[in-house]
Amino acid sequence: MRCRDLLDAISDYVDGELDESLCADIEEHLKGCNPCRVEVDTVKKTVTLFKDHLPYEIPLAVQDRLHRVLRERWRKKRNSAR
Amino acid sequence: MDSSRERSDVELVKLAKGEDFSAFEELVHRHSGRIYSLLYRLLRNREDAEDLLQQTFLSAFENLVRFREEASFRTWITRIATNFALMKFRKEGKIQMVSLDDPQSYTEEGVPLPREIGDWSVNPGVVLERKELIETLEGAIAALPPIYRYVFLLRDVEGLSNKEVAGIMELSVSAVKSRLMRARLYLRDLISHRLKE
Repeated sequence: MRCRDLLDAISDYVDGELDESLCADIEEHLKGCNPCRVEVDTVKKTVTLFKDHLPYEIPLAVQDRLHRVLRERWRKKRNSAR
Repeated sequence: MDSSRERSDVELVKLAKGEDFSAFEELVHRHSGRIYSLLYRLLRNREDAEDLLQQTFLSAFENLVRFREEASFRTWITRIATNFALMKFRKEGKIQMVSLDDPQSYTEEGVPLPREIGDWSVNPGVVLERKELIETLEGAIAALPPIYRYVFLLRDVEGLSNKEVAGIMELSVSAVKSRLMRARLYLRDLISHRLKE
């Protein structure tokens, strides 16, 4: 396997979507290729960084408004069903 | 039922369909923070994110009886929110084919060849202060053109499948994969650049 082949498959590899034989080829290549190891490692870490962090909190006033609007809608619906 | 046990989304959806409003409120409580973050990241505007958050849950409330539960509630509510965001973007003509192309070279499959990326032997989440990390990540997301940002957020942050993202974005699965790869490398390069500073 060449470095270019690995780069084409890197996303599927990181996502665990490749078949076993291709994974084995990649892992064999990674054993002897530090630049590709860095590629795989940094892409994996990039995905994890974004997945692990939830940056924005809903302002309290927005939360309150959301619950109020939904409750009003529910009351309306319940009353019209009667 | 053991009242001390946390009820699953599936149970809450069933109760909410049976007009148990507190069950629906619990679903809102459970998912609204995540949906708000997603909308904020997609739209890059606080007021728009707040408006669409409300529209998303109102739509879910109105359409819950039609939710067939083939996907999880999480996926369903994510689809609703994303569709609202997409409608807004399309209406404003903001979804364009903005390319991430630059003088960088590409493989036969169109994957950018790596630049000089330093080894992340220490995780950026450890090296950077929390505030600095958030600024770095959010700055990187903001810099990503919308067509890549949507795919990355839905696939990698929200955990939807390639097929689900393709359905929402009206793209082929291979187009999703290709955009996802470019987005990942672009974000990785921006973070690497920050680490070098």
